[in-house]
Amino acid sequence: MIALLSDQHASSELTEYYRQYLSVGVFVLASLVMVGAMLGVGYFLRPTRPQDQKYITYESGSDPFGTFGQQNVRYYVYALMFVIFDVEAVFVFPWALNADGASHGGLGWFGFIEIFVFVAILVAGLAYLWRKRLLKWA
Amino acid sequence: MSHLLAFDIPGGWGTTLGIKTLIVMGLIPVGALVLGYTFLLKMMSHMQSRVGPMDPGGFHGWFQLIGDGIKFIQKEDIIPAGADKRVFKMAPAIVVMSTFLMFVVLPAGPNAVVAGALHKGQGGIDVGIFYALAVSSLSVIGVLMAGWASSNKYALIGALRAAAQLIAYELPLVLAVVGVVVQAGTMNLQGIVFAQQQGKIFGWSGIGSPFILTQFVGFALFMVAAQAELTQPPFDMPVAESELVAGYMVEYTGFRFLFFFIGEFGTAFVYAGLAATLFLGGWSIPHVNGEIANWIGPIVLFVKIMLVAFLMFWARFSYPRLREDQLQALAWKWLIPISLINILVTGALKVAF
Repeated sequence: MIALLSDQHASSELTEYYRQYLSVGVFVLASLVMVGAMLGVGYFLRPTRPQDQKYITYESGSDPFGTFGQQNVRYYVYALMFVIFDVEAVFVFPWALNADGASHGGLGWFGFIEIFVFVAILVAGLAYLWRKRLLKWA
Repeated sequence: MSHLLAFDIPGGWGTTLGIKTLIVMGLIPVGALVLGYTFLLKMMSHMQSRVGPMDPGGFHGWFQLIGDGIKFIQKEDIIPAGADKRVFKMAPAIVVMSTFLMFVVLPAGPNAVVAGALHKGQGGIDVGIFYALAVSSLSVIGVLMAGWASSNKYALIGALRAAAQLIAYELPLVLAVVGVVVQAGTMNLQGIVFAQQQGKIFGWSGIGSPFILTQFVGFALFMVAAQAELTQPPFDMPVAESELVAGYMVEYTGFRFLFFFIGEFGTAFVYAGLAATLFLGGWSIPHVNGEIANWIGPIVLFVKIMLVAFLMFWARFSYPRLREDQLQALAWKWLIPISLINILVTGALKVAF
């Protein structure tokens, strides 16, 4: 950890690689520090006058009833469809990086036909869902 | 010795990272405030003839934003009795964290990017844009936590709507970017900037090759999807104030509410930055290289961000809200098929030429 922060191993490829992701870790901490600091400053500035009524769940002024609202299951269908297509996106990116023509060192028409078939299968899936009226909000 | 913009930073890589972190910690609230002030207060007031935000302080209502800030500071910190307190407190932090993490890969100059030193003309995490889109969807978790922990019916409905909307529009967002990746041959944002700066249009290198010229479909898809990801009108079902009060934010007060605000506008700032980088050439101006690029890079990027943000907020102030079914239909029946066609056409043209 300390070795990564210093300049002694700057030439190493691996150091470079880990450093890039170490910055992500530092940013996670930085965001928490900022949230904490702002709330800390607020602690000294804001008033605190507790009253029981203030802690009632807000429901447009009337007394809240029940605990939680019921939610329709239709969101679940969209979540499932999302997973299918999101996984697809992951597989499209490696091709996108090598989409260049074969003479430029890419995959060329071979890669294009492969991805065409891949996308076509997924479009068929989307068409099936559409036909089954799962895209209809009912 | 490391470099940041035109400056040599004495000390190691750690010092540079520390400075960059501090800059971003300042940049996120400032970026959010700049967008909030210029567009939300002034532009909306002009476009919709609102008199309120134009009044405080006399000239052009300059005091409005400061007044809002003072109000937020003075608000009592209220956590409802029925809330799941730990999750309730964590939720805004996760939304802010998602905004923070997106800044890691956004380049503002030839050597001004957070992650990694300059490396053969390429800096930053090498999966660049892929990483940015991945961490941007982290905010869904924060939103769901906020809605669930509030134990409020409005908040729960808002959070579920937000989740359904964010995942539906995540797809066109990611797929719109594939066209750019195909053209640039890299996912590294710095590499994408260089590809546009040094690109040629049929052998003519006068303006480089900003991808908006070839990827205008991708740009349109990206802007629509980003608008939905930000839950801005016309896609503001999750926070629809006239039916859900404020959706998942309804139980939050003071600073905790402010975090959602900073998250929203900070993310708008980054999305505008990503759109500027992907489609408008980012910090670069064609044929401007060398030391001068270090100086003007951030300024050029900022101007482009404001241009893109202007488009976003223009749409925000002009369109009425979509209904939930219309919103899902737009994503699934239009944007996703169009983005798939865009990918295939771009790929075919790339191989052919």
